Parts: sequence; structure tokens; C-alpha cells
Amino acid sequence: MEIKQLEAKAKKMRRDVIQMLEKAGSGHPGGSLSSTEILTCLFFKVMRHNPQDPKWPDRDRFHLSKGHCCPIWYAVLAECGYFPKEELSRLRKLGALLQGHPDVHVPGIDVASGSLGQGLSVTLGMALSGRIDKRDYRVYCLLGDGEIQEGNVWEAAMACAHFRTDSLCAVIDHNGFQIDGRVQDVMAIEPLADKWKAFGWHVISVDGHNIAQLLAAFEEARSTKGKPTVIIAKTIKGKDVSFMENVADFHGRAPTKEEAVIALKELSDGK
Amino acid sequence: MASEALYQRDVYGKTLVELGHSDPSIVVLDADLSGSTRTVLFAREFPERFFNFGVAEQNMMATASGLASCGKTVFASTFAMFATGRAWDQVRNSICYSRMNVKIVATHAGVTVGPDGATHQALEDIALMRVIPNMTVIVPCDGPQTKEAVIAAAALPGPVYIRLGRSKVATIEKKPSFVLGKGQILAEGSDIALIACGIMTAGAMEAADALAKKGVRCRVVNMHTVKPIDEELLKDTAGRVKGLVVCEEHSTIGGLGCAVEGALARQGCSLPVSRIGVHNRFGQSGDSDELLREYRLLPGDIVQSVTALLKKT
Repeated sequence: MEIKQLEAKAKKMRRDVIQMLEKAGSGHPGGSLSSTEILTCLFFKVMRHNPQDPKWPDRDRFHLSKGHCCPIWYAVLAECGYFPKEELSRLRKLGALLQGHPDVHVPGIDVASGSLGQGLSVTLGMALSGRIDKRDYRVYCLLGDGEIQEGNVWEAAMACAHFRTDSLCAVIDHNGFQIDGRVQDVMAIEPLADKWKAFGWHVISVDGHNIAQLLAAFEEARSTKGKPTVIIAKTIKGKDVSFMENVADFHGRAPTKEEAVIALKELSDGK
Repeated sequence: MASEALYQRDVYGKTLVELGHSDPSIVVLDADLSGSTRTVLFAREFPERFFNFGVAEQNMMATASGLASCGKTVFASTFAMFATGRAWDQVRNSICYSRMNVKIVATHAGVTVGPDGATHQALEDIALMRVIPNMTVIVPCDGPQTKEAVIAAAALPGPVYIRLGRSKVATIEKKPSFVLGKGQILAEGSDIALIACGIMTAGAMEAADALAKKGVRCRVVNMHTVKPIDEELLKDTAGRVKGLVVCEEHSTIGGLGCAVEGALARQGCSLPVSRIGVHNRFGQSGDSDELLREYRLLPGDIVQSVTALLKKT
């Protein structure tokens, strides 16, 4: 898929996210919209995977450590054909396939997430298993910038470097917001790149909405040997919906019916 | 009855090596305690399938989940305190919720840890693991049963918690064969039933012998699998005795005793139940024998409890 097509796909994914969340009546739009290009690049260009064979042993793995942003993951998985798109409209309902946070009943999801800070460890396990089995798959983990306040993240960061897991690429959706406000005000995480460098990682900083930059970063990660790579993707929370951009409230609030209409218009017109 | 005393953790380490030879999917993890938990035996034999995470139990448990998601049978070990306390969220959310094939084999449970004191004496671990859906909880009574439990856990898909101690425990001879989820009747009697797990099983046997000399006949059940509890055996037992004494080296809140009482209550059984265990207290430093006395976990305490219970019936 070319860059233009990926951009169009990203826009479609954003529309799906808005529609799902409006129907669900609750959920997390902000981080889904900030990480849209990251997942779009991974699932429609970068990763080796087969929706018809979700458990293919040689597939590249993706794990959403910031599990609350599953609407975008679900939208992408459905678009790939992992499960029928109709499931999207039942998000967060009793008995639905698509739970409020990801779980293993969903084809394409290997491990549940939601309790923050654990996903980098999960992907470390996947990378170590690949090493034991001499498989050449790659492993991708998406973390939130607020999430890295969790101590478990740094235990994992230390271990990934210690075990030299160069098959592992972490991406930080650096949108600058968490539930209670700006990350820098709630609990400062800067200097972010220096921290990861100090932990022994190869660090790449990109504009997380620029598909060309993201694709180049994933390529650089693939060719980096002997250490794991983290891509710090500077993003905008609520990206491309004017009244959601950089608004902490939309971390965890679904759009109303009226808001969804406006959002979908903005996402179809390209503003 | 009781013979050679063994370290359960020695048996665990040796069993891991045997499993490692027969099953290439076995991977072993530890958090800087591989010498104490004896996973070091596996590490020496299969260095490419052993990972030491340093003092980082949360990372170890969540990494175990990732390994299991790729088809590995993962054994993760550290002290019971840290395996179940420090990393509880990881065990619940990354392992049990996704029903990952991870076996948490924790050593140094209970007051018999000894001089290290309260911070290292897990008295809540059975409760913490038992409450999580999908988790199986096994508390083997001696060395040979540790081997049986580890082999059974490896063969069972899904998460398992196995609780081991630090000290040597006497081997109980002539046990019925080990079946996961089925308690073992070690002695028969129709006055009182002693339901025990872990190191308390040997104590219960000793108490039963002492009571037999006074004419009190006890059924002794080794309830090695705390979850799922053997409801059938408990029902049968309740129909034969006048009361039960549950014996565990654990808090009396949330452990084997609660599992037994819950099962009896579900069956509408109103027999009196007495509890041997640690009553809402932390541990402390001391020799393990001194601590068993201090916390009233000795065979003599079981005898007293049975005698008092019989007076009530």
C-alpha cells in the first residue's frame, strides 16, 4: 500500500473509531485517534501477518500495552478481516466479542491488556520465544506516554536491553495527555529519549502522524541489531477531530450523537 | 509413616531438569533467587531456555505470559511473597485472564521461612491465588508429592500455582496415588477429620497417631489441591465424622480453611469446624520450629483443637 492509500485508510479507521465509540456510549477516543497512523502503518504495510491464520507461528506480533485504545486496534483488525465488521457496533456491550479492553477471544489478539505497564514485558516474552525457536518474526508493542509512569515498564525496558532483543520494537504514542491532564503536569516523564537511551535502547523520534516518517522508522528498527528500538512518536491526542484535539476530557469520554456527526463530517471532508 | 526428609525445592529443581529433557517447550524464569528456588539446576542444563529477570517479579510474570502465548510451557519461580504479592496484577491480568500456560512455583511460603521474618513469610499467598479465575492451586505435602504436582501442572493447560516451603519436610509413605483435584485419605477414623495441606499434613498424621492412643479416631485428608477443592471427598468426610479441623501454614483468612468451610456450607453441612493456622497476624523472626510453636501449628496444637472440638459435639 502506498502512502496516499495509507493516509486514506487512516482516515477511514478514525471514522470507524468515532462510530464505534458513539454507539458504545463509553470508551477512549483520544488515544485511539493519536495512534491511528501507527497501527495503520503496522497492519497495512509493515507487519507480516495473515488474518485467515491468526495463530500462524511465524507472524509478526503486535501488542497494545495501552489497552484502553483498543477501538483503533479493533477497527484495524476488522478492516484486515480478522472478524466481521458488524462486531464493531457491539463494542462494550454485554456478551460482545469486543470487550472494553482487549482480550484473547478476539481473533488477532494474543494476550489481554488493560492494566497498564505490562505489555512491554509480554512482548519481551514473545521475542524471547522467537529466539528459542529460531523464528525471524518481529514484535511490536504500543505504549502510551502516561503509561510509562508504571514501574513495570522500566523493569521491562531494562530486561529488553539486557537480553538484546533486536526483534522487538516499542512505539510510544507521545500525545502528552493522560486522564488527569497534561503528562508533564501529572507526572513528568521528560527527557524521554534520554531515558530510553540510558536504558540501552536505540531511539528514533518521529512525527507520529507522518506515514513516511513512521515507515522509515520501522525500517530503521528492523535493521538495528543488538538492541531493541523505541520509536517515540509525537502525536496529537484526539487527532483530526477539532474539538477533541489536545482535550484531556476525551481521553476517556465517548462522543455524543451530535458530536459524532460533527466529527464524522470533519473526517470525511478532510477539514 | 514418615521417613526421609527432603527439601521440596530440591525436588522441584530436579523435576524441572527431567521435564526439560522430555519437553522442549519448557521454559524457566526466575527473579534473582534461582539458587534458593533451585531453578538453577535447570539453568545449568538448559541455559537457552532459562531467563533470570533480576529483582523484577512483575516483569517476570508478564514476560511469562508472552512466552506462553507463543506455545511455551513456562515455569516462573521466586519466593511466595513476591510471586503472589508483588506481581499479583500481572498474574491476574496478563496470565490468568488470558488463561496462559504459566506455572508459578513459589518457594519459602509460611512461617517456616524462619529468621528472615515477616516480610518474607507469605501467609496470604493461597488466598491471593485461589481467588483468581482459571487458577489451579496445589500445596504438596512433601518431596515426592512435589514431583507429582510439578509433572501434573506441566501436563495441565493453563495457569497453576504450586506452593513450596523453605525447610526440609518428612516424606509421608504409602500415600494413595496423586490425582490433581482429589484429596488423599491417609488415615481412617470416624470421630474427627483432619484436613491438611503442605507441611501441616505430616503434623496432622502425627496428631492423629497421638489421638489414636487416647481412643480418638481421625480421618486424615491430605488436601493437596486447594483449588479446585475436592467437594466430593469433603461431602463423604462430613457424613462420617463429628467435626473437622483444618490445618494450614497460612492465614486462617482465605486459605484452605475457607475453601473447606465454603464447600461444606454449599452442601448444607453444619458440622463444627476448627482452624489451625495463623490468625490475622504477621510472621516474625525465629527458627522454624520456634515459629511453629509460637503460631500454634504443632501436632500438639492439633490434638488440643480436636479434644476441644469433641467436647462441643
